[in-house]
Amino acid sequence: MTALLDVRDLVTVFPGDGKDLRAVDEVSFQVARGEVLGLVGESGSGKSVTGFSIMGLVDQPGRVASGTILFDGEDLAKADLETRRSLRGRRIAMVFQDPMMTLNPVLRIGTQMTETLHAHETLSRQAARARARDALGLVGIPSPEERLDAYPHEFSGGMRQRVAIAIALLHRPDLIIADEPTTALDVTIQAQIISEFQRLTEEQGTAVIWITHDLAIVSGLADRIAVMYGGRIVETGTISEVLEHPRHPYTRGLIRSVPSENTRGTRLAQIPGVTPSLGRMPAGCAFRSRCERADGTCAERPGRFGGARAYHRCFHPHEEALA
Amino acid sequence: MMTTLIRRAIQAGFVVFAMTLIVFVGVNVIGNPVDILINPDLNQAERLRVVQNLGLDQPLWRQYLSFLHGLSQGNFGDSFVYSKPALDVIVERLPATLELALCAMVIAIVVGLPLGLYAGLYPERLSSRLIMTGSILGFSLPTFWVGLMFILLFAVQLGWLPSNGRGETAEFLGARWSFLTGDGLAHLVLPALNLALFKTSLILRLTRAGVQEVVMQDFVKFARAKGLREGRIVLVHILKNLMIPVVTIIGLEFGSLIAFSVVTESIFGWPGMGKLIIDSINLLDRPVIVAYLMMMVVLFVSLNFIIDICYTLLDPRVRLDGKG
Ligand SMILES: Nc1ncnc2c1ncn2[C@@H]1O[C@H](COP(=O)(O)OP(=O)(O)OP(=O)(O)O)[C@@H](O)[C@H]1O
Ligand code: SF4
Ligand SMILES: [Mg+2]
Repeated sequence: MTALLDVRDLVTVFPGDGKDLRAVDEVSFQVARGEVLGLVGESGSGKSVTGFSIMGLVDQPGRVASGTILFDGEDLAKADLETRRSLRGRRIAMVFQDPMMTLNPVLRIGTQMTETLHAHETLSRQAARARARDALGLVGIPSPEERLDAYPHEFSGGMRQRVAIAIALLHRPDLIIADEPTTALDVTIQAQIISEFQRLTEEQGTAVIWITHDLAIVSGLADRIAVMYGGRIVETGTISEVLEHPRHPYTRGLIRSVPSENTRGTRLAQIPGVTPSLGRMPAGCAFRSRCERADGTCAERPGRFGGARAYHRCFHPHEEALA
Repeated sequence: MMTTLIRRAIQAGFVVFAMTLIVFVGVNVIGNPVDILINPDLNQAERLRVVQNLGLDQPLWRQYLSFLHGLSQGNFGDSFVYSKPALDVIVERLPATLELALCAMVIAIVVGLPLGLYAGLYPERLSSRLIMTGSILGFSLPTFWVGLMFILLFAVQLGWLPSNGRGETAEFLGARWSFLTGDGLAHLVLPALNLALFKTSLILRLTRAGVQEVVMQDFVKFARAKGLREGRIVLVHILKNLMIPVVTIIGLEFGSLIAFSVVTESIFGWPGMGKLIIDSINLLDRPVIVAYLMMMVVLFVSLNFIIDICYTLLDPRVRLDGKG
């Protein structure tokens, strides 16, 4: 089975302090058709930048410095601007973290939906409007016909995120990158939106990269998981593999810090220390400054141990399953 | 909506009324017109007659009341100098100033807005840096100096354009306009450019700052993520958000163009209101000064009103009846 998305050794840099800082550092992963990949990591680990790199939307003056982004066999990193534009929104869509900021405040919801259709298809205004209305209905927005004429400020945060999801689903894309789409919402709305998102993408056979710092969300949602630290994927594999048998010390720390039934009442084990900023990442293994297993070997950069779909980057991996 | 409009109108009326008092008292403070207007050779009896004719023998409050009374009938009193209604004197000069201000504003928008947009979208390009440097010049060079340079270069040295007066005019809507004749248009070019220079720089810099703020917003990135073409992103998503501050500035600056075009009008011998008001102040022609100032008050109040209405059209979050 060839992967829908095959990212290899992706490096995305931002200029700073006279040299390029790697926000994404030799990241490799694959997503098969219809598969859900959870991309997990602390704040600043490079999850969003990875997503934007795939979209071709890295903020200036940042850029994808090297690596390949094979989407359905075509290398996006080398594709021209028009090719990338025509893929965006049509075959690869994205939902952003903050629903309060993603919709244009001065344009009607209907306009923001139909313009997405007109950007990729030739169709009449009526047809576009009908499709927009149906999409709104699909994500559970009541009286969608009237809501098309409303402005974003007339919607709650949860409703806005539904609109953004409806926009992402308009063209039945092959891949949706969902960048923490529920973190800005309150918990009950979160659960609703996650389950609806899950249902819709499953129905449409859409592959999803679900970006989050919340392991609990991913464990219920994803087929596979990739854990990021300091711009690198330090461990990836199927959900059960990684969660039951984490090899990388960082993955282990992350799992231990999630509250669960059997940790109730006990102190959660937090990973000591804080993530260094990009400019201060240690050479060799980026996790070295916080790792209890670190030794001299770790001053070297750990390579990928394992295959393309399941690997870790640690010289002293845990062999035993998680207690 | 309707009730808000009425409430606004009443507020505006109150502002205008308060201004009548301030303007009237203010004008009385700056000097006694009798000293300037009356031929010093006249004897005491003759002086008294003139003063009585002008109503200047009355106490100030009485003068104010009769001024208000006249005002309620649309009458600002007669000009001391021209011996005809002050309002007529001003309205005669209005078209000249109006067309000059309008031309300058159009130039400023047509040049400043696209250049600001460009410089904001591509700040790192050399052309953008040149534009910004140019705008600093336009911002900091004094208008009178630039006007003189224009005259020296285009009128004296090159002889391309006339530099004095309005040239030929043609009648339209009961007033005479320069822009309707070739000769008048040629006369309009230099003063309009002179006035436009500062406003262009202002709009340009404001637009650029606005663009740089808007392009950072998530919704622009999201528009790109939807696969929209660059043209639509700039012309619809960015420009529409930008128009809110730009329209405010355009409205207020248009008012200031009309009210303060004195310098340019003087340099280019443009017979507009700016020149009139300077002459009137020199001669202490109170009715004209008062009428002019009142017109400006009404102008700014109306412009603010129009800007408010524009807001509600441009920004769906603003409602006239809301707290906004
Ligand atoms: N526009 C930018 N300019 C400079 N540096 C940036 C920019 N965007 C991201 N970075 C840097 O890249 C690194 C990764 O950021 P990224 O936004 O991908 O983190 P994240 O994993 O998505 O975190 P979060 O959970 O907070 O969203 C950070 O160190 C950040 O400072
Ligand atoms: S390579 Fe070394 S420092 Fe890095 S995680 Fe493994 S043991 Fe820790
Ligand atoms: Mg992020």
